[in-house]
Amino acid sequence: MTFDVAKIRKDFPILNITTNGKKLVYLDSAATSQKPAAVIDAVSDFYRNRNANVARGLYSLAEDATVAYEEVRDKVQRFINAPYREEVIFTKNTTEAANIVMRGWGEKFVRKGDRIVTTVMEHHSNFVPWQQLALRTGAKFELVGITNDGELDWADLEKKMKGAKMVAISAASNVIGTINDTRKICKLAHEYGAISIIDGAQSVPSIKTDVKSMDCDFLMFSGHKMLAPFGSGALYGRQELLEKMDPFLYGSEMIRSVKKDKSEWNDLPYKFESGTPDVAAIIGFGVAIDYLNEVGLEDIREHEIALTAHLLKRLPSVEGLEILGPKDAKKRAGLVAFVMDGIHPHDIAAMLDADGICVRSGHHCAMPLHERLGVSASTRASVYLYNTKEEIDSLADSLKNVRKVFR
Amino acid sequence: MEEIYQEFIIELYKNPLNFGKMANPDYKAEVQNTTCGDMIELYIKAKNGVITEAKFAGKGCAISQASASLFTGYLKGKKLSELKNITKDDVLALLKIDLSKNPTRMKCALLPLDALRKAMK
Repeated sequence: MTFDVAKIRKDFPILNITTNGKKLVYLDSAATSQKPAAVIDAVSDFYRNRNANVARGLYSLAEDATVAYEEVRDKVQRFINAPYREEVIFTKNTTEAANIVMRGWGEKFVRKGDRIVTTVMEHHSNFVPWQQLALRTGAKFELVGITNDGELDWADLEKKMKGAKMVAISAASNVIGTINDTRKICKLAHEYGAISIIDGAQSVPSIKTDVKSMDCDFLMFSGHKMLAPFGSGALYGRQELLEKMDPFLYGSEMIRSVKKDKSEWNDLPYKFESGTPDVAAIIGFGVAIDYLNEVGLEDIREHEIALTAHLLKRLPSVEGLEILGPKDAKKRAGLVAFVMDGIHPHDIAAMLDADGICVRSGHHCAMPLHERLGVSASTRASVYLYNTKEEIDSLADSLKNVRKVFR
Repeated sequence: MEEIYQEFIIELYKNPLNFGKMANPDYKAEVQNTTCGDMIELYIKAKNGVITEAKFAGKGCAISQASASLFTGYLKGKKLSELKNITKDDVLALLKIDLSKNPTRMKCALLPLDALRKAMK
């Protein structure tokens, strides 16, 4: 099947709406992606025709819901090439996945004086948990820097890895777009006997992810950034690590037996899936993965690179606009953040909104990175499989108008 | 949305009123906007229970800067005892724009009021 953006757009009902009287131009997929009709319908169909709690009831309706829910685990396993299905834990999002690792592994195994390594380019969800882990355990919190080109500072990483217990790095930055060589990071981590934790929130939706060849210990990502409903996400963890970890949330589903004075934990992955999950969202997650597989992740990535290249070409035509991060589209996730001389990102986003264009403005949950870049906030346009070059042209035209108003 | 960007707002953004740090203020507070990390500082001098001078420093978007410009002007001459009665509608009335459907922008507009509440604590 050839990649046909016009055909893909027809699968996304929201792309037909108007906002502020203008055609919707959605350039904020890095915050959350839009959803195809197949996903929306699957959620609706679940509630209309298949709704029952999972792993509890013995009647057919409940058994069918359980089977459907577990099938999604297989889909996620194949999507990231995880060795075992028990290594896939459903979470609400990337943040919850990070907290499972922090509480379950970190608090149990990290000791005073150990080194926790992360980078200055992380999203808060892959930063705050480790910062707090360091504060709770008395471990040293080491931040790897970036070069002036927005690349990971490898020399700094190598220096800080000595004596490290864990390293947490994003596969792709949500602000400067930098794609990090996760294989190299995981290899380095293992050479130093450290655990590697990869934040795949911005990479898994469009860049082929293979945890086996990457050789990471943990991978975290969100379903809602890859066409799936809110409330769906996953944590991949290496089986032997998951086995040794403590549960994060205690309660139902995660236990095998409960006595008056003690409880025994359930097997993987249920040990980490306490309470009734968002079954409908997970069902939708499975349909989203089917959709991505059908279109083809390689084609999606190629389209994303073409759009990113177009952003990198068109945006600098706006007077006083400066792009943050690497200038090569192939080295970036499908997003471009920028600043405009003398105009605040909030004002830029609000004025673009009047033209129907949705972009993100602010610190994008990456305050340490903005501090490193020397700006308090930025504006970010991000793209996905349904975006077009024409939409990027509209963005550039609109930005020129913003410049005029603030002249 | 675009009607927010009236000329006087843009003008106040480019040339804010009552802008700059104040030496020895009687009341002072710093507040941050959580969505963009913008920070403003509010300074107040008072004599016999009446505000004689109000200034602000820091940076932000056109809305927060215009709001702080107008709000510091509004504070001058106010009795300290009256300050607790100032509502968010009073601040929005100064800006003469409707932000009722823009909760995120509302935070920008109300940043100076947050600073006042913190300063008077």
